[in-house]
Amino acid sequence: MARKITYQQAINEALDQEMARDASVIIMGEDNAGGAGAPGEEDAWGGVLGVTKGLFHKYPGRVLDTPISESGYVGAAVGAACNGLRPVAELMFVDFIGVCFDQIYNQAAKFRYMFGGKAQTPVVIRAMYGAGFRAAAQHSQCLYNMFTHIPGLKVVVPSNPYDAKGLLIQSIRDNDPVIFLEHKVLYTMEGDVPEESYTVPFGEANVVREGDDVTIVAFGRMVNQALLAAAALQKQGIHCEVIDPRTTSPLDEDTILESVEKTGRLVVVDESTPRCSMASDIAGLVAQKAFGALKAPIEPVTAPHVPVPFSDALEDLYVPSPAAVEAAVIRVKEYR
Amino acid sequence: MSAIHTLTMPKWGLSMQEGKVNGWLKKLGDTIAVGEEIVEVESEKIAGAVEASVAGVLRRQSAGEGDVLPVGGLLGIVADADVADAEIDAAVADFMANFTPATGDEEDAGPSPEKIEVGGKKLRYLKLGVGGSERGREVGEPMILIHGFGGDLNNWLFNHAALAVDREVYALDLPGHGESSKDVGEGSLGALAAAVTGFMDAVGIESAHLVGHSMGGAVSLTVAAAAPERVRSLTLIASAGLGEDINGAYIDGFVAAGDRRALKPLLTELFADPALVTRQLVDDMLKYKRLEGVGDALRTLAGSLFENGRQATVLRETAARFGKPVLVIWGADDRIIPAAHAQGLTAPVLVEVLPKQGHMLQMEAANEVNRLIGRFLG
Amino acid sequence: MTTTLNRESLLKAYRSMRTIREFEERVHTDFATGEIPGFVHLYAGEEASATGVCMHLTGTDYIASTHRGHGHCIAKGVDPVGMMAEIWGKATGTCKGKGGSMHIADLSVGMLGANGIVGGGGPLICGTALAAKIRGTKDVGVCFFGDGASNQGTIFEAMNLAAVWKLPAIFVAENNGYAEATSSKYSVPCENIADRAPAFGMPGVIVDGFDFFAVHQAAGEAIKRAREGGGPTLLEVKLSRYYGHFEGDQQTYRAPGEVQRLRETKDCLLQFRRRVTADGEITNEQLDAIDREVKTLIDDSVVRAKADPKPAAAELLTDVYVSY
Repeated sequence: MARKITYQQAINEALDQEMARDASVIIMGEDNAGGAGAPGEEDAWGGVLGVTKGLFHKYPGRVLDTPISESGYVGAAVGAACNGLRPVAELMFVDFIGVCFDQIYNQAAKFRYMFGGKAQTPVVIRAMYGAGFRAAAQHSQCLYNMFTHIPGLKVVVPSNPYDAKGLLIQSIRDNDPVIFLEHKVLYTMEGDVPEESYTVPFGEANVVREGDDVTIVAFGRMVNQALLAAAALQKQGIHCEVIDPRTTSPLDEDTILESVEKTGRLVVVDESTPRCSMASDIAGLVAQKAFGALKAPIEPVTAPHVPVPFSDALEDLYVPSPAAVEAAVIRVKEYR
Repeated sequence: MSAIHTLTMPKWGLSMQEGKVNGWLKKLGDTIAVGEEIVEVESEKIAGAVEASVAGVLRRQSAGEGDVLPVGGLLGIVADADVADAEIDAAVADFMANFTPATGDEEDAGPSPEKIEVGGKKLRYLKLGVGGSERGREVGEPMILIHGFGGDLNNWLFNHAALAVDREVYALDLPGHGESSKDVGEGSLGALAAAVTGFMDAVGIESAHLVGHSMGGAVSLTVAAAAPERVRSLTLIASAGLGEDINGAYIDGFVAAGDRRALKPLLTELFADPALVTRQLVDDMLKYKRLEGVGDALRTLAGSLFENGRQATVLRETAARFGKPVLVIWGADDRIIPAAHAQGLTAPVLVEVLPKQGHMLQMEAANEVNRLIGRFLG
Repeated sequence: MTTTLNRESLLKAYRSMRTIREFEERVHTDFATGEIPGFVHLYAGEEASATGVCMHLTGTDYIASTHRGHGHCIAKGVDPVGMMAEIWGKATGTCKGKGGSMHIADLSVGMLGANGIVGGGGPLICGTALAAKIRGTKDVGVCFFGDGASNQGTIFEAMNLAAVWKLPAIFVAENNGYAEATSSKYSVPCENIADRAPAFGMPGVIVDGFDFFAVHQAAGEAIKRAREGGGPTLLEVKLSRYYGHFEGDQQTYRAPGEVQRLRETKDCLLQFRRRVTADGEITNEQLDAIDREVKTLIDDSVVRAKADPKPAAAELLTDVYVSY
């Protein structure tokens, strides 16, 4: 366990180990290798940020570059999943969902139900999400809430390298369609990752930090913002419990509710815009199922209801900061 | 100048960078004997007590309850009663001026676990201490620490360094455990014992003192039966193989448990003090259990060794007739393997039953266990 | 024109087309009584297309179908009794009453589903064809779509992807002249849908969809080429539907007498009967016997569908995930 690798390397390793283990696993996406049909190097990019680098030569014929045609190849991944493969399709930026959503939410997500339980669609859609790259409104969104809304989809938002590897392996082995969302700011995050293969189960929240005063539920990159806030608050004598649900669908409701039963105070940190978000979803859940335990109003900490701005001056304001989390915790702690 | 001893935050395991003061067990001005527990400290993995290495009076409590200190940070001062306060204040000031906590990035160059190939399988081990030949003076013979079912070399966190003061001590991950190969073959004691002797061959140990905990005790007994010439002594802690009883609900539950909610109450059974089962301890165990092959390994071992809540192999005769020193240590309140198994073992087998201790007594009563082993080996 | 089909195959083809026709006519009749829930889109008139193509397919070849999918289902081997129960919303239906007319699927016979989304099947069939290619099975995928879907981006993307990856895929454009109530003369700006094929670097073939033998031959060539690694084909089948876009559509947008004229002069079943009985290989009596058997089968399917139970309340929550 002593080995530290990055979030990006952890994802590459998960793909590598599953491709080695199971010949039915293929990957496809725009420039997953890069250089197809061009006179220069093959596997020139290995994905736009290099996440799939090296797999093209290691698994001949199983790393497919696609035309820029998300509806075509995402749908092809879904169809291939119905015919015995376990495809992992990369939607470069989750923002591109707009041109291929039908293949995911009307096709893949609904096959099993519409077909009376006689179909299974073991497809994984990987996509980058999140702000912080100065990539502006069409390359920075945080849309896991949209997928979470759809019955038939599972939605995974790893917050660290260990979870990224184990959750991706679980995603590939899972027999349902899985949306696997990678925060681009986390790609360089290092952490302890076992060399061996392992799976992290869906629907099992990680209690990242224990505390009795305030529960903070956070998703993806926001887990780290929450931990920074919790460490600062510890020095002020406020002990936060930080919960990373790891998957938004299925959602580990019990761990959240048990924690709020203990603390009576809840802050939800969500990089999405606030309306119909995971923040409002968790707030609704807790208001309904742990109402009696609440000692203060639930505080959501989210992006504002605006598109992601370009200028660093604005984008830095857009992303929920550790300071914003800290302030929210203090508000719920001091509420009388 | 009579000695002023600093009491500092210990480093338990490679990843520990800071610890929290849980509470002082001694008051300011208390007289302290060597080996007495002074202050309780908790890392993110485990809680334990810091014990006095010198006798004296507790003159300062530099850290208060709840304080978080970096490893090496000043907890307090032990000194003779006649040392002047000014001297002590100067020592504290001096310490503070010179102490720089490790950043964590520099990966403190302490010994770290290694891996070795034994019979085509990788075994991980951690070696601490040096042998006589390296040091040029007479020291003790090598020792091997063998953990129990579902454990790993970190189970010896509080023992390893203490036992390695005057010998080389190897803590091993058995097959199916820790970071060793997850292939346990048919899952018999013989197969595990063969891994131990294979390991001894691989690192060049002719014979060693074996210290086994729980299932590791039964493995040690099996090595002693199969290759008595390789075993200099046996220390059996809450050992399997000394009777038929075992907590089948624990074994089956542990094998089956896939999440924190299922695992935590089971791990609590291992300890006398349930507070020791921290979030991190449970999380580390889950991380181990998720590794490819671990589920199969544990199922195979449990089926072979502990089916239906009974131990398949009883090796009391081996212990009784070994003819070399045997020490049996048990926690009186062990909820996994009953301390009753220690009864009826007669001299030359030495038996020590520690009151109010549970199954993981080498962790919970580390200082006492270390002392017993030290005395046993002379 | 001669045919290579033997007697057994001819009878099989006739039975398939007759079953589709009988099934659709019966749904048409029963829908009018108000007993069938939701909406249905009937395939009557287009039988030669589904049958002419699917006669070449095995159980491991896949097809993707459309909202007008009953014909494709029957031609590909889905059990009409289960289909009828499905359309009636019964627990015994092909999809346990959870899919309905627009979502009948049976993966066990390579039927990847009727599809409520126009053009939805194109990318999917690229996927089944890709899987066949990667696994080296020699199976093909056939995407049926209409003139409406021919204008959808998914179909363009799918044809492009199939050509780029040289997939064993066949795109069958069933041009019945109307996308809902809009004529393809309005919505398809080129003369033929198949004219678009060269733009994707694949052959485009136009065939008379009233003529089973013409469809069968053209499809056979395209499917053979796909199996042999020759890549995709766009096959445009020009035909007509006898009923409205959906049941209840008054079809005021069509010319008076248009359907009646087609039924009397070009109907695929009539043409087929005329041709196979003319050369004496098959007798009218044999075909009449099939007609009777099929009628009995469909009558029986309706009797059963009416009597069968609806899904139990607990079924509301099942089959969403394999595990959750």
